[in-house]
Amino acid sequence: MKPLRAIAALLLAVAAGALSTQVIAQAAGTQFIGITGYRVGPYGPNGAAFFTGFIDYLELVNQRDGGVNGVKLSWEECETEYNTAKGLECYERLKTRTATGPTAIHPMSTGITYGLLDKAPEDKIPLITLGYGRTDAVDGRVFPWVFPILSNYWSAATGIVNFIGEQEGGLAKLKGKKIVLLYHDSAYGKEPHPVLEAEAKKHGFDLVMVPVPHPGNEQQSQWLQIRRERPDWVILWGWGVMNATALKTAQKVGPPRDKMAGNWRAGPEIETEAAGAAAANENNTARQTRAGTDFPVVQDVLKHVYASGKGGNKSLVGTVLWNRGMAAAMITVEAVRTAQAKYGKKPMSGAQVRWGLENLNLDQKRLDQLGFGSMIPTLAVSCTDHEGSGLVRFQQWDGKRWKTASQWMSGDRALVKKMVQESAAQYAKEKGIKPACLKG
Amino acid sequence: MTFFFEVLIGGLLAGVMYSLVALGFVLIYKASGVFNFAQGAMVFFAALTFVGVQEQFGLSFWPAFAVALGAMVLLGVLTEKIVLRPLVNQPQITLFMVTIGLAFFIEGLAQLVWGTNVYPLNLGIRDEPIEAILENFDMVISRFDLVAALVAGVLVAVLAVFFQVTKIGRALRAVADDHQAALSVGIPLKTIWAIVWSVAGFVALVAGLMWGARNGVQFALTFVALKALPVLILGGFASVLGAVVGGLIIGALEKLAAVYIDPPIRGGIESWFAYVAALLFLLVRPEGLFGERRIDRV
Repeated sequence: MKPLRAIAALLLAVAAGALSTQVIAQAAGTQFIGITGYRVGPYGPNGAAFFTGFIDYLELVNQRDGGVNGVKLSWEECETEYNTAKGLECYERLKTRTATGPTAIHPMSTGITYGLLDKAPEDKIPLITLGYGRTDAVDGRVFPWVFPILSNYWSAATGIVNFIGEQEGGLAKLKGKKIVLLYHDSAYGKEPHPVLEAEAKKHGFDLVMVPVPHPGNEQQSQWLQIRRERPDWVILWGWGVMNATALKTAQKVGPPRDKMAGNWRAGPEIETEAAGAAAANENNTARQTRAGTDFPVVQDVLKHVYASGKGGNKSLVGTVLWNRGMAAAMITVEAVRTAQAKYGKKPMSGAQVRWGLENLNLDQKRLDQLGFGSMIPTLAVSCTDHEGSGLVRFQQWDGKRWKTASQWMSGDRALVKKMVQESAAQYAKEKGIKPACLKG
Repeated sequence: MTFFFEVLIGGLLAGVMYSLVALGFVLIYKASGVFNFAQGAMVFFAALTFVGVQEQFGLSFWPAFAVALGAMVLLGVLTEKIVLRPLVNQPQITLFMVTIGLAFFIEGLAQLVWGTNVYPLNLGIRDEPIEAILENFDMVISRFDLVAALVAGVLVAVLAVFFQVTKIGRALRAVADDHQAALSVGIPLKTIWAIVWSVAGFVALVAGLMWGARNGVQFALTFVALKALPVLILGGFASVLGAVVGGLIIGALEKLAAVYIDPPIRGGIESWFAYVAALLFLLVRPEGLFGERRIDRV
């Protein structure tokens, strides 16, 4: 085929694909869900796992249950490449797709979340920031449209400190210890700084912060600094290639990896596997979702979605981020269901879904009914607590898979609550917001 | 003092890894006078093709290497035929803009063909400290980094001979000086460009394998090009030796700054310090350490 003809054919194919997607998305009477995803670029593998799990769950609800109370789900994914500017562009594109809007947006990026903080309330579109920033959005009186559900960065960071304390024989034993925070030098990486500084002051440990420039594929100098500091523990606050590089450089430079603990972004399988032997049998990470396929909902996805050829990528099933994507979709769907109980069994608007999120209650009985069991902790969201849980669970890499290293545990709830309220109040003052719970 | 030397040596060895990437830029620049923005994407494409064929077809190292090299040669030939040939005698800025487009195309093509997964790559070289040095001097020097230095050294020697001694090498330099003049004396521009893009593809494959073995083969490999830029500014865009010496200087300065200057100011300076150093150097010697001073008749 001549090059020009090939290009023309390609353009036609792309246009046809775009049109068909749009048609699906705008199918009348469906609950349309706008997805700002990323599957290419430096963080593409992480996004691909998360958003495959997310869409697999939506497909499950359609295939197995016929939708939410009879309302079928439809969706459209827009590629952000984990880039804030592209994320905002996708948001603008998706928000006008249907009369009811995109239901709720999962930015899966602290940068995009910050970019949408002012826009989302104007458009009446809730943001679900499952386990990431902005942390003080836990206070729904100041951030009524943002839901850092499960466990925010500060809860995770203090959870890690508690875990380290447990390993050392009690929090009192942290006095005089040295802990290094190796962090992604971005808005995401800087988010835990205030709470860790407060924890260091409270428990008397020495906190050393070492930044890693994006994307983190070269960390020789950082690990030589760590070697010089001779810390008792290293907290890994990474994402993407930074994690594999950190584990491999740690192996080279020497600090024991069983004295490393990370947050949920610090240990997806794709990165621990890329680190090879450097990750084996070590590396604790604080998670809000458990990995594995031994959950009834995962088996349902295999039966109802993958068996009929509608699944995204079977090799991702049961991985940390795929399960997390499933949990994120489930929370979105349950918020719609909660809203329907009040507003009727029809497609819900963003404002109605916001109400559903703020009144979401997933106790153990409900999680068992949904087939999630202990994949995530129980949740009870309210206006003053958009986090709803704050629990984390540690897992350890055994060379092939993650194994459980702790039960669900909390961080320093009192400290986090105090800091959230102070930070939210400061934000409210700067923006001229009068803190109050939204009605209806 | 031991720690200082540990950082210095670590920086020098990291610089060698930057040089591996910088060499690819130098090759294209020498042959066409164009800064090839797509070199990072070529590193990614080459390494991804290598691990992709290994995984998909179960090939061992050398067959996979041959297939990846073939893909890079094909890419080079097609680049010459479809992209560069219509642009002969166009301003250099036009060719530079073309390489920007090419970079995005190659990145997209690589992910389209091989997916976006992270592939572990084991070359059988352990990235661990050499125990004798660790025990006797309390210094961490990686075996892998030493092998990388050796590979870079061999590449430089081969390329230096190629450019200085062979007929093709002399033709390359002639093309770099003046496309039209080279054409007028019978140098086949098409062939020369196809050859040089293929050789740059080979260098990209070697760099991609070394970087991929360290961090896994993934999209972040495209960012190694950013590490090569200050090396080129400092070493000179058209000097193979400059790429190596520039890499050593930039690697050492970057690591020393990150360890001794960054902690008190907490500025995350590693990502930009090398650029500042290179820019300061430019003020003193605009053509780079080994670049040729350009004199125009006015």
